[in-house]
Amino acid sequence: MSGNSSCAPGGACGKGLCGGLCKQTLREGTWGNNPISMQILGICSALAVTNKLENSLVMGAALIFVCAMSNLLVSLLRNATPRRIRMIAEVAIIATFVIIFDQILKAFYWDMSKNLGPYVGLIITNCIVMGRAEAFAMQNPPVVSVVDGIANGLGYAAVLGVIGFFRELAGSGKILGHVVLSPDWYSGNQVMILAPGAFLALGFLIALANLIKPVKEETT
Amino acid sequence: MNGTSPLLIVVAAIFTSNILLASFLGMCSFLACSRQIGTALGLGTAVIFVMTCTTAINYGIYHGVLVEGAPLLSTDLTFLTFIVFIAVIAAFVQFVEMFVERFSPGLYHALGIFLPLITVNCAILGASLFMVIRSYSFFQSVGFGFGGGAGWALAITLMAGLRKKMGYSNVPKPFRGVAIIMIITGVMAMAFMGFAGMVSIQ
Repeated sequence: MSGNSSCAPGGACGKGLCGGLCKQTLREGTWGNNPISMQILGICSALAVTNKLENSLVMGAALIFVCAMSNLLVSLLRNATPRRIRMIAEVAIIATFVIIFDQILKAFYWDMSKNLGPYVGLIITNCIVMGRAEAFAMQNPPVVSVVDGIANGLGYAAVLGVIGFFRELAGSGKILGHVVLSPDWYSGNQVMILAPGAFLALGFLIALANLIKPVKEETT
Repeated sequence: MNGTSPLLIVVAAIFTSNILLASFLGMCSFLACSRQIGTALGLGTAVIFVMTCTTAINYGIYHGVLVEGAPLLSTDLTFLTFIVFIAVIAAFVQFVEMFVERFSPGLYHALGIFLPLITVNCAILGASLFMVIRSYSFFQSVGFGFGGGAGWALAITLMAGLRKKMGYSNVPKPFRGVAIIMIITGVMAMAFMGFAGMVSIQ
């Protein structure tokens, strides 16, 4: 939804295997134009599943998979897709890969599937995946589109990992279920596990990102 | 789900488990459209309507077609849940848009741009998924859809009011924009936790 069009210009990477462009795409997705901290996309799941580091990592993996695969397929079909129905085609492609991931999770990691609840399904409406398919994969060849998908997924996963790390640490004194801050002298801060902690953590993270890499001022 | 009264679910969905403040759904449009109180109210109304109707329709489709041994098709098709739900939502929004345009041009111009935005509002899909996970009955689902929509509308309207006020305050530079809004939302979520003891649904 953000009208950000700073992705690589379409067509520029049409020649052969893209060496420099892949690197640039990777850098853009993970840091320069990070989907969460810079473009403010896909916040819902970033907040909901980060109460434990483990959940955050699985969700990050899900997004890398879905984003890369849907970018690949959208890009392969980009010349065959009529402009008018491209949105619905993108949604159908994304939903397919989300279903695949959800079924894998249900088959092999039932507990994790229970933990994540509806948020796996909600990847369909995650604006990052849709945004990358629409803004990048529709204009670029398959290889660089996959790289873009992986880069954005990685950027998303990194932010989730950071938030999950601090929320689990502050909330229960554990990391990945291992006790780090002994309960003898550290009593977990429940707020960090509950909903408000997620909003606060993300707020401070975005502020920190702004501090390191100032963006053009926006009126509130 | 046990026999919790649908009315109780409406109240709980608005206050104790607010779909935005407790389940984090619908954040994108919450951030994008909370600048003006009028805009927020318009979008909130549209969300209430669409959410109530789509949970009802999705309930019918899920229990009539998708589950194993359903009356219309006895095969287990639950793996298609996501794609069916999102298609229903998109189609319903499109239908409402055409219907409103034809019969109530005034309302169409008031809601115009918001209707397409609702398709990608994850709160709508989320409400349908929660309905399945918590195995609500039909009336409980409709109550949850309505309450969830009303809770979302309440939160975005409150935020629009706060953002108006915030125009006069001197926010530290790195926090300007989204960061301060997230923190305000966090404080709002804490305030809503005060309702927690009232009723609880899970």
